[in-house]
Amino acid sequence: MAKVIVNDIEVDADAKDNCILAARKAGVEIPHYCWHEALSVVASCRMCLVEVGETKPDGTVVMGPKLVPGCQTPIKDGTVIRTNSDKVKTAQQMTLELLLLNHPLDCSICDQAGECYLQDYTYKYGNAASRLDEPKLQRMDKYHIGEQIALFTDRCVMCTRCVRFTREISGTAELQVTNRGSHEEIDVFPDTPCDNKLAGNVVDLCPVGALCSKDFLYKKRVWWLKSANSVCTGCSTGCSIHVDQNEDKVYRLRPRDNPLAQGHFMCDEGRFGFKYIHDERRLRKPKLTDALAVDAGTASKSAKPNGTADLNFAEPWLDVLTVTRNKIKEAIKTDARGFVAVLSPFMSVEEAYLLASYLKSLDKKVRLVLGRVPVVGSDDKYPKGSKGEAPAPDKIKFTIRSEKCPNRLGVEMILRHFEGDLVTVEQAVARADATAWYFVGGYNVGWVTDPIDRGVGKPSLLIVQDIFASPLSERADIVLASSTFAERDGTYVNHTGLAQAACGAVRCPGDARADGRILMELAERKGLYNAMTLRKEIGKAIPGLAAIAVGDLGEHGVKVTPVREPILF
Amino acid sequence: MSNEDFKPVLLSRQGKPNSHKLASYKADGGYQALAKALSMKNTEVIDVVKASGLRGRGGAGFPTGLKWTFLPKDVTGPIYLCINGDESEPGTFNNRVLIEQDPHQVLEGIVISSFATRTTTAYFYLRYEYGRCYRVLKDAIDEMYDNHLLGKNILGSGYDLDIHLHRGACAYICGEETGLIESLEGKRAWPRIKPPFPAIEGAFRRPTVVNNVETMACIPHIINKGAEWFMTMGVPKDPNNPRDAGSYGPKLYCISGHVNKPGLVELPMGITARELIDKHAGGVWKGRKAKAVVPGGISMGFMSEKELDTPLDFAGPGRVGCLGLGTAAVIVIDDHTSMVDVLYNACRFFAHESCGQCTPCREGTAWSTKILERIRQGHGKLSDIDVLLEISSSIGTIPGTTICGLADGAAWPMKTAINKFRAEFEEYIKSGRKSESKTLAGAH
Repeated sequence: MAKVIVNDIEVDADAKDNCILAARKAGVEIPHYCWHEALSVVASCRMCLVEVGETKPDGTVVMGPKLVPGCQTPIKDGTVIRTNSDKVKTAQQMTLELLLLNHPLDCSICDQAGECYLQDYTYKYGNAASRLDEPKLQRMDKYHIGEQIALFTDRCVMCTRCVRFTREISGTAELQVTNRGSHEEIDVFPDTPCDNKLAGNVVDLCPVGALCSKDFLYKKRVWWLKSANSVCTGCSTGCSIHVDQNEDKVYRLRPRDNPLAQGHFMCDEGRFGFKYIHDERRLRKPKLTDALAVDAGTASKSAKPNGTADLNFAEPWLDVLTVTRNKIKEAIKTDARGFVAVLSPFMSVEEAYLLASYLKSLDKKVRLVLGRVPVVGSDDKYPKGSKGEAPAPDKIKFTIRSEKCPNRLGVEMILRHFEGDLVTVEQAVARADATAWYFVGGYNVGWVTDPIDRGVGKPSLLIVQDIFASPLSERADIVLASSTFAERDGTYVNHTGLAQAACGAVRCPGDARADGRILMELAERKGLYNAMTLRKEIGKAIPGLAAIAVGDLGEHGVKVTPVREPILF
Repeated sequence: MSNEDFKPVLLSRQGKPNSHKLASYKADGGYQALAKALSMKNTEVIDVVKASGLRGRGGAGFPTGLKWTFLPKDVTGPIYLCINGDESEPGTFNNRVLIEQDPHQVLEGIVISSFATRTTTAYFYLRYEYGRCYRVLKDAIDEMYDNHLLGKNILGSGYDLDIHLHRGACAYICGEETGLIESLEGKRAWPRIKPPFPAIEGAFRRPTVVNNVETMACIPHIINKGAEWFMTMGVPKDPNNPRDAGSYGPKLYCISGHVNKPGLVELPMGITARELIDKHAGGVWKGRKAKAVVPGGISMGFMSEKELDTPLDFAGPGRVGCLGLGTAAVIVIDDHTSMVDVLYNACRFFAHESCGQCTPCREGTAWSTKILERIRQGHGKLSDIDVLLEISSSIGTIPGTTICGLADGAAWPMKTAINKFRAEFEEYIKSGRKSESKTLAGAH
């Protein structure tokens, strides 16, 4: 720890901090472009110039004669940082005036407007007018820079964050600086676009509107977007993310800094892999077979003249869930051991708990098994070497995991608690002794493999709770249209045993419902689904998950009992 | 020693037939200093160089012996010596002459310096445009390998050294100490942030010393004739200024511009600019008077005619508002030349050569060039002068806004030209005339 004085505010900073971090702890912003916590220090944008001095043993403060870049200057006990002196302000004004010399000032058509550091800093620290009388340099935009990335060359402030990212984090080194002086541009070599699996991060890293995501380009003004803290469900790394939405449409995912999960970045697979949320083929309402619909119809007011239930009725769930509940109880009464519920690793801890505890409360002999865990290839580790080889274990900065689901660990912990032994759906199917199945899906891609399809066959009761139609849902007795990660609150436990809370951002399409809500009503629990209340209950009930009993897991999440050795990133 | 009876030291072998050959160099007593140095301890060599007061000839004038002592004492693994032969300061050509005419003098200095700094690999970073130098040096290094002056067990002393000759990347910034190291590593020559200084972490992340070619050429003479002999030349320390390290030894002055006899002369440090021009360069050409003189490469700024009696030692030019002695490349500008044109030419050079890493230098140099271009086209405004001054005072390592000194080099010509010739700038702008002199093609 080191005592640092920032603009007369005394603050305890970490001895390893630079001036920017120390000032941040004192609530003072030191503007910067090129510096980024995860990247090497180049101290080239010169936006973070501050005055730094030290406190002598006799208590007098001696300020250094020059301005120094806050990003490059380490602190020690007694360091004095001044960010509000005239000298600093003049330097900030000059730097901004210089940065804007050749900037086109096309904020009105720029995607970054609203979250642009050039805009923000100019408002806060800059001059109102430029003294440039000469024509600005004009340079070609480069749409070819990457499949997902466009470069608006004129807007670039040459902070080289993107270049350093491709060299230090992805290791693929596609981006580089060409030319010299004010003619400098970011560019790629011909035929080697920036298409690595982490490429989308350069768009987030770009502090101005130079690098833009083609996927998001001109889709929405950022100030209309509302952001929800969530967790990427693309793989077991469980990157913390922002889900940016407007009027129930998700426009983009952005990584959220989380030192406990993935650091600062996310992969393109996750970043652009949210499109299935708005897929036209999503299941939009629950479905019953005609026979069951007749049961429901006779039992409720939504009956059509022909005796079946009208599931286009405004509140079809009431009937469907009543029928479902009755059928489950009936099946369990007939053969409790033959009733198998398959819990998908896409379920949140709360949902898995709701289903498991409900079924077990009906009969202890009901079997709970783990749904298919999708694995694609092997773990993809970064930064890559010059020949694309994986880095040494201590050099890994980012991993895209081969386990393409967010919560295998969390669901496993629930299953072990209720079931003891862990049985996978493949094993359960192979035993061929089930008479009734309750499948929970929620996968972003098709998940019903041939062995599962054939093994399930046509049981006496088949319930499928999923977001897409599948061979199973086609012949299911009951289909419960459920939700994606963006539509529900819940907890996911990543590969290191980090439990993170995800918040729903949008509503389900059509009459589909969040899984938690379906299961609450199915279990006839009182009240509305509330993830925080449930976490408290689960934490008390399951020792392995005791850590989530705090309810509010915070932005970074909490570590539950780690099942294996924690692996960094 | 007065300037009259000074005998050239570094240039003593100029003009001799085959002066670039090993046989010729040996015949004139070459490589005796090396043998002497190899018989000493490496710390003793450093002590001699330190005692001689030799300061780096590359521009900054940092004491050479002191620089060597910054190397960590108990380092394991390689230490590198880089020779900065990327001579790109406008008006400077002393390294070229030294290498082309007498490469072995430089190479002997390199071997001695490598021995002193415990280096077993030295890199000679040579300006790419110096093709002849490259061929001469290559042959000279081959000759040395053939004669046990390089490679394993030099002169039977058990000391090993390899010199790699590396051709530069055609940029001014490659002459900056850390830019050179980056370029040597095969990267873009973007100067590094300091600390760590090269002595701790330089080429290939190893302790590194970077020395100028002319500095290297001085080393054999210091070893041969001793530190006292070296200190008989030049300007002694200022007793009133404890930070002054004195300016000892001979110096190569490159004289160019509007003089009758441009060229390279070797003189003890501290000759005045006026004496240099009048006695050694045949005076200003066409019977004209000097208007301004660049003391040491364009980045040092301008001296006015009144200031020509300033001694050209490490401290002198600083006293009249210039940045320093620099490379001692004296450029004379006669009174028929417009300072607006001169300054435009200088600014254009720096805008072209700015590496583009730091915002103030990248944009500031380009902006000042644009302003001067507009003034030259007759569209200047009086407020432009103040904008130029503001740019010049806000870029560079002296206000602390850039990583390396290139921006200081760009700021000083602006600052000194405007401060010393402000009336001329104002008159030029008010007249609204267009410049008649053509932009110098290939000036950079």
